[in-house]
Amino acid sequence: MLSISNLQAFIGKKQILKGLDLEIKAGEVHAIMGPNGAGKSTLASVLAGRAEYEVTGGSVLFEGKDLLELAPEERAAEGIFLAFQYPVEIPGVSTTNFLKTALNEIRKHRGQESLDAVQFLKLMKEKMKLVNIDQSLLSRSLNEGFSGGEKKRNEIFQMAMLEPKLAILDETDSGLDIDALRIVADGVNQLRSPERATIVVTHYQRLLDYIVPDYVHVLYNGRIVKSGPKELAMELEEKGYDWLKAEAI
Amino acid sequence: MTPSYASYNDFKDQLLAAFRTNEELMNGASKTPFHQLRRSALKQFDLLGFPTIRHEEWKYSNVNGLFKEAFDLDDTTTLTANDLDPLEIPNLDGNIIYIVNGRYHPELSRIISPESQVQITSFAEAIKADPDFIGSHFARYADYQENAFTALNTALANDGVVIRVPDNTTVEQPIILRYITDARDKNIAAQPRNLIAVGKNAEVMVAEAYRTLGDRSSFVNVVTEIALSRDARMQYYKVQNETEKAYHIGTTQVNQSDNSHFYSATVTLNGNFVRNNLNIVLNGQHAEAFMYGLYMPNGRQHVDNHTLVDHAMPNSYSKELYKGILDDNSTGVFNGKIFVRPDAQKTNAYQSCKNVVLSPGASMNTKPQLEIFADDVKCSHGTTTGKLNDEALFYMRSRGIPKDEARSLLLYAFSQDVLSQIKIQSIRDYLERVVTEKLMK
Ligand SMILES: Nc1ncnc2c1ncn2[C@@H]1O[C@H](COP(=O)(O)OP(=O)(O)OP(=O)(O)O)[C@@H](O)[C@H]1O
Ligand SMILES: [Mg+2]
Repeated sequence: MLSISNLQAFIGKKQILKGLDLEIKAGEVHAIMGPNGAGKSTLASVLAGRAEYEVTGGSVLFEGKDLLELAPEERAAEGIFLAFQYPVEIPGVSTTNFLKTALNEIRKHRGQESLDAVQFLKLMKEKMKLVNIDQSLLSRSLNEGFSGGEKKRNEIFQMAMLEPKLAILDETDSGLDIDALRIVADGVNQLRSPERATIVVTHYQRLLDYIVPDYVHVLYNGRIVKSGPKELAMELEEKGYDWLKAEAI
Repeated sequence: MTPSYASYNDFKDQLLAAFRTNEELMNGASKTPFHQLRRSALKQFDLLGFPTIRHEEWKYSNVNGLFKEAFDLDDTTTLTANDLDPLEIPNLDGNIIYIVNGRYHPELSRIISPESQVQITSFAEAIKADPDFIGSHFARYADYQENAFTALNTALANDGVVIRVPDNTTVEQPIILRYITDARDKNIAAQPRNLIAVGKNAEVMVAEAYRTLGDRSSFVNVVTEIALSRDARMQYYKVQNETEKAYHIGTTQVNQSDNSHFYSATVTLNGNFVRNNLNIVLNGQHAEAFMYGLYMPNGRQHVDNHTLVDHAMPNSYSKELYKGILDDNSTGVFNGKIFVRPDAQKTNAYQSCKNVVLSPGASMNTKPQLEIFADDVKCSHGTTTGKLNDEALFYMRSRGIPKDEARSLLLYAFSQDVLSQIKIQSIRDYLERVVTEKLMK
């Protein structure tokens, strides 16, 4: 589904990704861990198409298409979704209005009919239950004045609404209380299917108890330096990253 | 060939000459106090001349464009109701008054409110029918000593609208003043003059909407004086959607008595050069003024909003929010003055001006000016000017919303703080439509 090879990316004059390789097949869940500043969010941003990052080498294929050629909105329409580490406040635009626009744009791109108000509301009700989110939150300006946890939950709600093929969750677990963590995990697990894949960026093994990954990768200094089964997360929790730093050099 | 002025002073001379010709035709009427007042205003205009950018109040607004093509001062028009179709505002209800080239046109207008609620007459008629009433208000509020355009308007004041709302009355239907400049055949200059007097504990909604017909140049120099008696409440909207060859200079001068409430919104959608002066004197205790503004220049358009709130008495309140979206090579000016006089203790005054500049060629000048002479006051002011938020744009795009759509969604939301203030539904719908169209471009 997703095939990243030798990816190199700069922000300004600083190289962040230094030849990163990653293969993801439909149906899989991959966890990416790694120390602060390693380049995890950079990878997520590059996949979503943030313009500030300059890709200077390597390739990213998504279902055989060159992802790097596409505008962010085209990537979304192809089925990529990034849950932001820091969701952005959108003053004056309600989540409802925002999602209705997004969903119908994606449908248009795929040659599907727009949902009318009734259909949209029905879908929304269904997904609201899934992530246990309140109607009052959805009619407020998107993310504006939301608590940290509310923002994260809203990201998962949007993911549930847009039903992406590849979801990238960038530290969606940080700042969540235990109940919210479970809700977020449930949301992700319900989306799990043989056609979809998920990348979970996290610092904590805890989340992986709920969202059990097929693979765990360590991103260090702009590269995937170690990959393994889910037990690798446990090992990292115990030993930290220092032993890998030594290995990476 | 379009006639043009050879020099800067030609237009001024033309206006001075027009005044004299007019005066010769007046016979006895030239002796009236009303005309004497106009005469002193003319003298003042002659003395001041048109402002240049050396004038502090006109530093960023150059009126030189006015002196290129010669204007016709003949306000006659062949316009009929059919010509107004393209300018229609859908579902417009209420009292609809047409002022064409500065002249009140009763045959186009429709007054539906009963006289017991409101008296709406032409200014020309009111001068003759009720000189005492006019005398007690005319030029009492709008100062012509400092402002050349107000002096000019005062000197040439012939026509416009007079609105009187009796005490303890609510005017149920809004009053829509539709200013049409008929620039189909010639370059037109007009000097409409309005007077709105709202009685004690009375309530009214008035909108001024400006359009230009045709593609010749136009110059509208309007002055509206508003007097709110004790406990009066007024909604006042100014809506400008003129052509790329329209010059608009306007002053709205408001005088508020005890416990009166004034709510205003000034929305400038299009025009070549627009200068709005909104001056409010809070001349009573517990008087409240709300001022909202939205301007969206593009191309080479220039929009200048000058506001002044004069807190003259204790316990008064003012709140101001102006928002701008500037594109292409357009320019904008916001100058907001707040005076708090020594007596005006317990004043609350809040001012804010926020701008989004969409292109590197566009620019915005903001200048808040607070002069506070009382000590027990709460005042705040703030201006921001910046690009559209890239983070927000990327967030929206990453969810599938195309760039242009994301941009207009953000900007539309930005405009809502102002548009949502407008209580005349047909006007609000119309503005939403034009704003949306403009954002989609
Ligand atoms: N605009 C920028 N200018 C310069 N350096 C930047 C910029 N944005 C990010 N970086 C740097 O890029 C590096 C990688 O950042 P990134 O956000 O990808 O790390 P991360 O692995 O997600 O870390 P964390 O675990 O703290 O979220 C960091 O050193 C960061 O300081
Ligand atoms: Mg990060």
